[in-house]
Amino acid sequence: MKRLLVHILARACPALALHLLNLISRTRQTDSDSISRGLLLNCVAALALLASSELLVPAHALASTTINPGSQTALSGDVIDLTISEQSFHLDGRTAPAITINGTIPGPVIRLKEGQLATLRVTNRLEESSSIHWHGLLLPPTVDGVPGVSFAGIKSGETFTYRFPVKQSGTYWFHSHSGGQELLGMYAPMIIDPIEPEPFRYEREYVVMLSDWSFESPETLFSNLKKQGGYYNFQKRTAGEFLTDVRRMGFWASIKNYLMWDRMRMDPTDFADVTGYTFTYLMNGLSPAGNWTGLFRPGERVRLRLINAASMTFYDVRIPGLTMTVVQVDGQNVQPVVVDELRMGVAETYDVIVEPIEDHAYTIFAETMDRSGYARGTLAPRAGMEAAIPQRRPRPLRTMEDMGMSMEGMDMGGLKDSHGGMTMPGLATAGDMASMKPSDDNPHREHMQQGSGTLPVQGMHEMPAMDAGDHGRLKIPSAEPVKHGPDDHGPGNQMVAEYSQNRMGEPGRGLEGSGRRVLLYADLKSLVPDPDQRKPEREIELHLTGQMNRYMWSFDGKKYSEAKEPIHFQYGERVRLTFVNDTMMEHPLHLHGMWMYLENGAGAYLPRKHTVVVKPAERLSVSVTADALGPWAFHCHLLFHMDAGMFRIVEVSEP
Amino acid sequence: MNGTGLPFRFSISLFPAALVLLLAEGIAVPVIAAPPSVESPMTPIESPVADTTSNRKAAVWSTVSKASVTVGPSAKQEATRSKFFSQGNWPAPVNDQERRLFTLIDVLDYRPRIGGGQGHDDYRWDVEGWYGGDYNRLWFKSEGQRDTAFKADYDVDVQLLYGRFIQKHYDLQIGGRVETQSFKGRNVTRGLGVIGIEGLVPYNYEFESALFIDQGGAVSARLSFTKDLLLTQRLIFQARFETNAAVQRVERFTTGSGLNNLEFGVRLRYEIQREFAPYFGISLDKSFGETATLVREDGGNPSQVRFVLGVRAWF
Repeated sequence: MKRLLVHILARACPALALHLLNLISRTRQTDSDSISRGLLLNCVAALALLASSELLVPAHALASTTINPGSQTALSGDVIDLTISEQSFHLDGRTAPAITINGTIPGPVIRLKEGQLATLRVTNRLEESSSIHWHGLLLPPTVDGVPGVSFAGIKSGETFTYRFPVKQSGTYWFHSHSGGQELLGMYAPMIIDPIEPEPFRYEREYVVMLSDWSFESPETLFSNLKKQGGYYNFQKRTAGEFLTDVRRMGFWASIKNYLMWDRMRMDPTDFADVTGYTFTYLMNGLSPAGNWTGLFRPGERVRLRLINAASMTFYDVRIPGLTMTVVQVDGQNVQPVVVDELRMGVAETYDVIVEPIEDHAYTIFAETMDRSGYARGTLAPRAGMEAAIPQRRPRPLRTMEDMGMSMEGMDMGGLKDSHGGMTMPGLATAGDMASMKPSDDNPHREHMQQGSGTLPVQGMHEMPAMDAGDHGRLKIPSAEPVKHGPDDHGPGNQMVAEYSQNRMGEPGRGLEGSGRRVLLYADLKSLVPDPDQRKPEREIELHLTGQMNRYMWSFDGKKYSEAKEPIHFQYGERVRLTFVNDTMMEHPLHLHGMWMYLENGAGAYLPRKHTVVVKPAERLSVSVTADALGPWAFHCHLLFHMDAGMFRIVEVSEP
Repeated sequence: MNGTGLPFRFSISLFPAALVLLLAEGIAVPVIAAPPSVESPMTPIESPVADTTSNRKAAVWSTVSKASVTVGPSAKQEATRSKFFSQGNWPAPVNDQERRLFTLIDVLDYRPRIGGGQGHDDYRWDVEGWYGGDYNRLWFKSEGQRDTAFKADYDVDVQLLYGRFIQKHYDLQIGGRVETQSFKGRNVTRGLGVIGIEGLVPYNYEFESALFIDQGGAVSARLSFTKDLLLTQRLIFQARFETNAAVQRVERFTTGSGLNNLEFGVRLRYEIQREFAPYFGISLDKSFGETATLVREDGGNPSQVRFVLGVRAWF
């Protein structure tokens, strides 16, 4: 009770402050930009003096190094106006046209309250059609914002009014669902405050929105990929690497390995279709040089609302010197998990709490999965500080497991040497890894461990908030390898995972054996039991398919335009979707309108997600309660995979 | 007759005719592509004729309108919905059928004459490309060379093909080819029908093969492989192999029956950008059997080693 009171008190102050800020931000539309910024800064300074506990808005303004192009202004209230327009975006000395929401990248933070009726009036000032999709929100199908599925789009010059009751809380985001606009800057955070108090405490919060920016147009990027799938990969295996591998694992072993990949016409270095070659990776709209900074007082608990708003980039996020306690995933409360690092699929959100005790700066380091770049920001006790930027790790390599080719030793128990029987030579065994001391950023060691089994290491991790033995006993669908059927999904699919199985117990390629605690899907447990405890009545199996050389992406070998039928759900049913990833890439699958309950063995506490990452050769199941009538988009959230056809309509109808 | 420049005139004047012919063929191809030889569970959807944009929209549409019967969060939304439905102009949610134009200037060689007093520096090109989507493409290819010491003063050939992505990694190509040669002032031209397969074979070799039948019924074939080896991310060593063979002897084109020639080359390119890479290399071209005899009779040398400088580019 006392805790609750403290909590309410802690919230009241910033709530007032926010209200004040909103008033200012309303006037901003008429004011010149610099004036409003000045006001904001004053206000911020005042608030900082007030020792307010939650400073979301001022975060950007307080960053002394740069005036943030995406200086975020929180909008709230019953009616919120948004304007989509083309603006010049300045980044590291270069300028390019961008598409923005209310003039900034990212767009403004929208802060809603669970239970309110939200009215969002979106005006399109572009020459072309546009749209805004509220990512992860449960709402009527007509206001979901997907052109061609929920509405016609917002034509040039028009204003579209989205009106829906807010039925949830947590960290979300919104973005354009039209062409490449998202990549041009059309994304922004959305925070929904819960009616009930949060089940965790913090004194301060920041949105950390990760994204990617290219000075090439989305059309150019896509076209380049279509013409040469590996266009942006400048980390391919070369003669030099071959020689290194020969030294490491012997001549014949290396030859065998290289020839194996060549024989299959696959590239084991394919971790990101679009890379740091063209991307600048952004944190809250700032480049690594821009160094977005969030201030804290030593000893404070800081809630970071991590949002991966990138078009094509998976991030591995860590804050050297701090552990992160994951408290929400995709806006949903989970039983806290303490980790050192977490991998964020595109469109996922993670809320973590960190407690910086020392009076020094900490780097928020978001390294891309392919290691071709990073986004970076700083948590600091005072403005203008920065901490060391960790060295990037070597890019990982795909293994036979990623192709679904290993047949023995793939069981989830991880008791066996998990790559025993495989022909990947010269790799460290599980035992070797166990004996290695966890040390930070030892590139050589990590390089050596590419492709080795990961479970033994993960098993050693302490999971304070988790009963480690618990989920092992519960049944995870596809815990055992499942052989692929005879269907090879046609020419549009390069290969099939001969054996697929659940890989939620693995941290993912490039994160194995680092000695860090990496968040696993298997760690996630909803804080409260799921409202729908029914077992799925039926199962729909979907294969994730693609052809990297032609840059074709699809489900079951069929692009959206080739799929004759939508995926049908019956209203009210509990249905299991089983995804089988026949490709060599991770795919963040996003279902609109309904939660996906991740079947990770958490029993009654399955975590619910709007975006689920499926690893290569993984077989992963989610349950869905089909409680939202209408047509809904379902797609891979890698922008160009979606545009290439990895998209379906899920239609929920009355039986 | 002076042959200089003539091949170009030939190719240019023949091109429109060939284009018309092959466009017609291209349009006819959905029929060709349909037979059960297509071992794909996938129905060909992307054929330019069968699948119009309006059809696609209609498909999406019916989906949505069906839902409209059952969805009704509020009367107002219903109204909005039916308003939308009556408009009938929703875009497709993703544009996965976009057509693109791709042109690859794979070879643009300058071959300086080294030693010998036979005169000219020679050159060679090999260009190919396509227009289309993922499954159906109109391919165009042109190869040509001026090789005064080897076979012909000029040897130019242009192909226009319909290609269908028929199997993983492979396009089946059907179309026509026009070949023109000039040798010691003697110009000859012929038209040929083409059926070929192009793609990526295991171990990452780019593979191109074609069977030709000329207007007189003479059958010939061509096969080529190229393989890239990355020395660094941008410095790329490429090995190229090409061979031609014929069933009948076609003396006019200095072609004997049997194996005509083997060509093997290596080159080193530097990708300043992915799209633009200067290179240098060595190529070895050797004629065999009847063809070698014909080349010799015409005063050429059936075995040539050439140093090449050039540029590889695509857009």
